[in-house]
Amino acid sequence: MVTELGHFAAILAFLVALCQCVVPSVGYYFGWDRWMRFAMPASALQFALTLFAFLALCHAFINSDFSLSLVAGNSHSAKPLIYRVAGVWGNHEGSMLLWVLVLTLFGMFVACFGRPLPLRLKSLVLAVQSAISTAFFAFILLTSNPFNRLLPPPADGAGLEPLLQDPGLAVHPPLLYLGYVGLSVSFSFAVAALISGRADAAWARWVRPWTLTSWIFLTLGIAIGSWWAYYELGWGGWWFWDPVENASFMPWLLSTALLHSAMVAEKRECLKSWVILLAILAFSLSLSGTFLTRSGIITSVHSFASDPGRGLFILSILGLFSGGSLLLYGFRHSTLVPSGAFALVSRESALILNNILLIGAAFVVFLGTFWPLIAELLFQRIMSVGPQFFNSTFTPFMIGLVLVLPVGAVLPWKRASLSEGLRRMRMALVTAVIAGLAIYWLQPEAQFLAPIGLALAIWLVSGAFLDIWHRIRPRRVSIRAAFARLSGLPGADWGKALAHAGLGISIAGISAVTGWEIEDIRIARPGDSFQLGSYSVRFEQSFEREGPNYLALGAEFELTQGGKTLTTLLPERRHYPAAGRQTTEAAIDMGFWRDIYLVVGEIHPGGGYTVKSYIKPLANWIWLGALVMAAGGLISLSDRRLRIGAGRRARQSTPVRD
Amino acid sequence: MPFFRLSLICALLTAIPAAAVEPDEILPEPALEERARAISKELRCLVCQNESIDDSNAPLAEDLRLLVRELLVSGLTDDEVFEHVTGRYGEFVLLRPRASGSNLILYLAGPAFLLTALGVAAVYVRRRGRGRPSERQELSEAEKRKIQELTG
Repeated sequence: MVTELGHFAAILAFLVALCQCVVPSVGYYFGWDRWMRFAMPASALQFALTLFAFLALCHAFINSDFSLSLVAGNSHSAKPLIYRVAGVWGNHEGSMLLWVLVLTLFGMFVACFGRPLPLRLKSLVLAVQSAISTAFFAFILLTSNPFNRLLPPPADGAGLEPLLQDPGLAVHPPLLYLGYVGLSVSFSFAVAALISGRADAAWARWVRPWTLTSWIFLTLGIAIGSWWAYYELGWGGWWFWDPVENASFMPWLLSTALLHSAMVAEKRECLKSWVILLAILAFSLSLSGTFLTRSGIITSVHSFASDPGRGLFILSILGLFSGGSLLLYGFRHSTLVPSGAFALVSRESALILNNILLIGAAFVVFLGTFWPLIAELLFQRIMSVGPQFFNSTFTPFMIGLVLVLPVGAVLPWKRASLSEGLRRMRMALVTAVIAGLAIYWLQPEAQFLAPIGLALAIWLVSGAFLDIWHRIRPRRVSIRAAFARLSGLPGADWGKALAHAGLGISIAGISAVTGWEIEDIRIARPGDSFQLGSYSVRFEQSFEREGPNYLALGAEFELTQGGKTLTTLLPERRHYPAAGRQTTEAAIDMGFWRDIYLVVGEIHPGGGYTVKSYIKPLANWIWLGALVMAAGGLISLSDRRLRIGAGRRARQSTPVRD
Repeated sequence: MPFFRLSLICALLTAIPAAAVEPDEILPEPALEERARAISKELRCLVCQNESIDDSNAPLAEDLRLLVRELLVSGLTDDEVFEHVTGRYGEFVLLRPRASGSNLILYLAGPAFLLTALGVAAVYVRRRGRGRPSERQELSEAEKRKIQELTG
């Protein structure tokens, strides 16, 4: 019964979305205020209906209603409650419903928090937002309906893919979707600006918080996904340049670029048309990210053909929104006239350089991801593009970005002096170079890239520190007065410094773990001991245990250093009978400076086990850095300057040539 | 729980034949083994999704790892090993695409993009620096009229 109501709610939500797309647009065209105002209650209703449909699906999963084919195919009655809930979005249909749920949630947020927005802009934004949800509701209802029944219902379900039964992966998709879909708001604002021909400072001021919000979610979502890969996939890799990962990484790169250029549009009234283009591209990439990987087109052209209905639907949605908005951009962008002038050396130029490097990085990732497809279609070459390609083409862009970042961040608007910027960053440069050289001499094994990476990290972190320092102590201000100014510093400044430092922390982790990882692979029997770096590992015993829906074979290791017992590590291999699959559960002794990472593998005749052990220096810094970046974003978002005044500004919007 | 134990051991023994690089595969000579590892990281596991044979648990990946080691032991250079494996399985196994033919587009697109973007940006920045009068925001006729009305 609840399921049928949920299905009905989804259909109603589709109809409301359709109306919310049409009615305000007509109102906008004829200048009818009432028709335009329809968008606000409609977006709330649309969200409520979608939420109901989503909860109905959750209800079916929690109660293991196997008469729903989706539940039968993706759930199992023996699963713990959290994974029965997570199972809702652990599959195509359910994740699509979550996708539109987030979409309508953001639409409602625009309607609620957008009170100071001019009615015309707001109704247009909501209409565009609703056009997107209309397309997705149609997609869900026509090709991927989660409410389809199965007759007769099976006695039990097939179970969720065991790899996905993990707390990290339970929250990873919702976070990522909040990020992906958050970009739809920037997209709707961009399209609204193109239609109305207006994009002023108030408009840019509205785009930035939405972009920032989705950027925070994307950062967290990607970090959690990478962390999951690290501890779950069983050999401690944390980034594979897999198409699915790239699909989330490209929108992140573009939203980072958008975040920075929206600042120029807001404060300096130029780059507006560029910001609009970026917003369109960022959302188009999230669209292709969400769907092209789901349709499987990237892994193989043939899996695309296996479900042409879905694939073609996806392609037409992509074509409609990306193509349509780009076309609109082509026709209308010349109506947006920049007004601010700036010199070659200025923060504006620095941010343009930031955008070029970020987009260049996103471009090589894009090309590498799609190249197997392009090469097969155009050149009949069946080939792979692996991590080696991405590492060698992506990294130079990042190094360039990191090199200019601290100096660019302190340059003033309009006109700046490069030597003044460099002078401010003098201490950071000296620290980074000295530390890099010291690390080079002191490191355990001769590595060239790791010390460079760490020097870059130190350059970023100390640059962020100096940025704050110069802010509170401009010239000849006493230390005490400087600290008094500390509390008055706007959130945006703190956010910026934190986000930049967070990038440095991540780079430090990436460099150290890539350069100085220690690996040991051996066959060990219970009772054996072996050395791992300065640690000693003792294989105590093997054991078996029964989990809620799996059987586990584990090994108990004692980790000691200098005769002192540090901890007991219990790596496992789990067998999930429902899915007929195995997973490896690594045992990790997490530390600030290193992780000790243990995996048990195959059982050899004679009672030996394959044991792989690793020391991963600074591994946690990779995700710690991402957390710091997200925290920076959050603090920046809480800055009052981002919120107040938007209404007042909006009314004095600068008209443009029509 | 004898049944539990038996079923578990059976399941684990049969289903995963190997877990990535196995200790018994490792070559006695460290220099050769290091080369073998480096090569394995660049070869794709044919039955997995985007995994190198170094990371993969699949039996086919194990066979390939052993093949690579055999070839190295028989005295082939790294390039010859890649040549041999590609000859057998096609270009698909190479995770690092060859920088030849149409793949040059792949490798050169990044630098080309960077140069073009820098060029376009330079033109834009120069123009904004001069702040060409034609692009300065000027009041439209309607606005001028409005101002006149207001100021009387």
